[in-house]
Amino acid sequence: MPTITIDNKKVEFENGMTVMQACELAGAEIPRFCYHEKLSIAGNCRMCLVEMEKAPKPIASCAMPAGDGMVIKTNSDTVQKARKGVMEFLLINHPLDCPICDQGGECDLQDQALHYGFDKSRYEENKRAVKNKHMGPLVSTIMTRCIHCTRCVRFSTEVAGVDDLGLLGRGENAEITTYLEKTIESELSGNVIDLCPVGALTSKPYAFKSRPWELTKTETHDVLDGVGSSIRVDTRGKQVLRVLPRINEDTNEEWINDKTRFAIDGLSRQRLDKVYIKNENKLNVADWDTALNKIKDELNKRGKEKTITLSGKFTDAETIIASKFFLDGLGSNLYDCRFDNAQIIHNENESYKFNSSIHEIENADAILLVGSNPRWEASVLNSRIRKAYINNNCKVGVIGPDLDLNYSYTKISNSLIGLNDIKEKKSEFSKIFHNAKNPLIIIGTSAINNSEGASVLKLCADIAKKLPNYSSTFNPLNILNQDISRVGSLELGFVNKYFDKNFEENIKENVKINKPVIFLLGLDEIDPKNLEQAFVVYIGHHGDLNAQHADIILPSPAYTEKTSTFMNIEGRVIQTSRCHNPLGEAKEEWKIFRVLSDLMNCDLKFNNLNDVRKYLVDNNKNFLQILECNNTSNLSFASPEAITEHTIAYNITNFYMNDSISRSSETMANCTNEILNKEKAS
Amino acid sequence: MKHPGMTNKVYNISNDVFNWSEDNFNRVSEIIKKYPNSRQQSAVIPLLDLAQRQNAGWLSKTAIEKVAETLSMSYIRVLEVATFYSMFNLEPVGENFVQICRTTPCWLRGSDKLTKVAKEVSNSKLGETSTDNKFTIVEVECLGACCNAPMVQINDDYFEDLDEENFRKILIDLKNNKSINKGSQIGRQTSHPKRGNDA
Repeated sequence: MPTITIDNKKVEFENGMTVMQACELAGAEIPRFCYHEKLSIAGNCRMCLVEMEKAPKPIASCAMPAGDGMVIKTNSDTVQKARKGVMEFLLINHPLDCPICDQGGECDLQDQALHYGFDKSRYEENKRAVKNKHMGPLVSTIMTRCIHCTRCVRFSTEVAGVDDLGLLGRGENAEITTYLEKTIESELSGNVIDLCPVGALTSKPYAFKSRPWELTKTETHDVLDGVGSSIRVDTRGKQVLRVLPRINEDTNEEWINDKTRFAIDGLSRQRLDKVYIKNENKLNVADWDTALNKIKDELNKRGKEKTITLSGKFTDAETIIASKFFLDGLGSNLYDCRFDNAQIIHNENESYKFNSSIHEIENADAILLVGSNPRWEASVLNSRIRKAYINNNCKVGVIGPDLDLNYSYTKISNSLIGLNDIKEKKSEFSKIFHNAKNPLIIIGTSAINNSEGASVLKLCADIAKKLPNYSSTFNPLNILNQDISRVGSLELGFVNKYFDKNFEENIKENVKINKPVIFLLGLDEIDPKNLEQAFVVYIGHHGDLNAQHADIILPSPAYTEKTSTFMNIEGRVIQTSRCHNPLGEAKEEWKIFRVLSDLMNCDLKFNNLNDVRKYLVDNNKNFLQILECNNTSNLSFASPEAITEHTIAYNITNFYMNDSISRSSETMANCTNEILNKEKAS
Repeated sequence: MKHPGMTNKVYNISNDVFNWSEDNFNRVSEIIKKYPNSRQQSAVIPLLDLAQRQNAGWLSKTAIEKVAETLSMSYIRVLEVATFYSMFNLEPVGENFVQICRTTPCWLRGSDKLTKVAKEVSNSKLGETSTDNKFTIVEVECLGACCNAPMVQINDDYFEDLDEENFRKILIDLKNNKSINKGSQIGRQTSHPKRGNDA
């Protein structure tokens, strides 16, 4: 390996590295503004100057390829002087408004000015002022602060795939803007706030809310989509003030989507913080004992062995296992989590997982999307597809209605019938797909939420099994679930064949005949009309659709208020942390089921969270290793089924508001109006 | 320094629509052909120039959007190019776009006087268009004809070795649509010494 000398220290580096990367290997920290690992190199801030032996002047280390035998100094007087010069130029036009700037306290420029800035200015001319630009409901701009690093422009062009931001003019007149100040139309737009090294782009909903040192920072995971992105939640008291991404190369890289970041104001609206019992069609506040005893009476009256439990979008594995054992104790196995009617092959965990892992998308050179809009279903996953499209010229084929994806794709058909074409290798795309080295199939729930669902899975497995990269260790068949709870619930067997094929219809039938007690675990996605004759116990944290029609409401904590376990779409075990105490009287669901089990003599033996987790691991070994996923590759359910005509309709109609938290969020409502409905901002 | 090519604005003056004229439409495909496959976007500068010539010397919002659509580029990418180069005017200009060089050699040789003459004849301020729409007068930095200083550029042509008198005549002739002589106004061949070969 080639070697480079940095501050008299010899280090080996890989070919293709830049001087800056080599310096980092040697442990020398280089200040920078424009350079960012995940973006292309611009080299325009000049802050990363270092001295290279035999070079007449300092070099920009971010843009200089490291060479064998180079001698670099990162801390010499020349370097210090050069960086001081750069900093003085940067500060010439930068306003002195740190006391009123939202970036204050976590600002790259502020920090680096401490090391390289002068204590007074030698500049006597007028500072320039730049008009603020409108960029939409999420990003607030104070453009005078901009230092023209162009990170935001490179992010939106390269990662988000929307050519919305640009740098107009040059020199003194340079300014960052969107074309005619249009809204940034990307679901990843919030990331430009993190990327901005100064306070030019800041968060609009978080404006003037808090200072970074006042916040309690908790490392946890997101639950608003199936990816389970790593995030940091910043709270003050019982209020979540902001969400920032953490680096996790396996799932979200460095990005999170706008819903994850901005739907948090929904966590303090419409919250269920008390127990409610319905009396004469009106929900009245009650206490836990009364409510639980009423549930006990109803269970005995209506027949406890008929009880149904249905889980929603945010149900954690602890809740699933507790409610499952509770129902088993009652003598019922009518539990399910597939409220969107997505079909699975029973006892085959490859039929509902993202088997290839999210990271593998980067290596793909052909991807077949079946009834999936990854841009809305898993935005950070979609940015990986875009990465493959850019780096490997990945060809994407779509079976389903037209989509607005940020890469070009080949449309195969509107209906599932296109799968027959792939099987028979007739069309242009199917030839490309079968000849590719690393093809992947991604099936969205919109393709399998019908009675044909199981056949679609079987056929796709059959196609996957014949792909060149299929092996006993690599499985190119992927199912893209939209909810964080789904894979974990299915892993734990929280599913019943009774609800196959037509979920809503089966429930409707059952309710009509049995009039059972139904536990809804935060489930708002089914029609309350179908539940009218049942006794509905809603356990959840938001007063959404089904809570209003419930007979009893039991409040539970939201994802930022409890530590719980989930499995993301890949089957990767993630654990969220409690960022602040639950609101009001909310109790963790497993505690509720534990008390109910005493009342009903069901013999649940756990007494604390560790006991519940022991149940969890005993029940399914895949929960043992946090942040790992053990995926198999058998595809034993593969069979060349024939698919009949079935037109696909994507099941997400509004990315910004498709769960109870984001439906309660004002920010998300603004996004819906301005970005989706194109209403002008007031 | 006010200059229609040095602004980041983009707008339409009325509801004009910009479409390539038939001639220019053919030239567009000629120009694009010069660039290798999948590199057609490199034609953005010649196309912006063509659009500016067709659109009375400036690029309106619709003209920029037309160029973007012709090359399948996003609007902001084309606007970045149009705002970067001062040769692309983003505000309407008069029939004669007069750029007076004011960098040191021309300034020493009397460019200030030329500016004064231009203001008088056009009856307008620097950076503005005269009411009869005949002139837009701007001052610019070096145009690279220093040995024949002072000089101005009017539309595509250079006028060199100027003084108040001959410059006034040029402007008045332009105002009255008379023909004028380009280049050196004292008969100098390119940048030869003033007195011929005896220097």
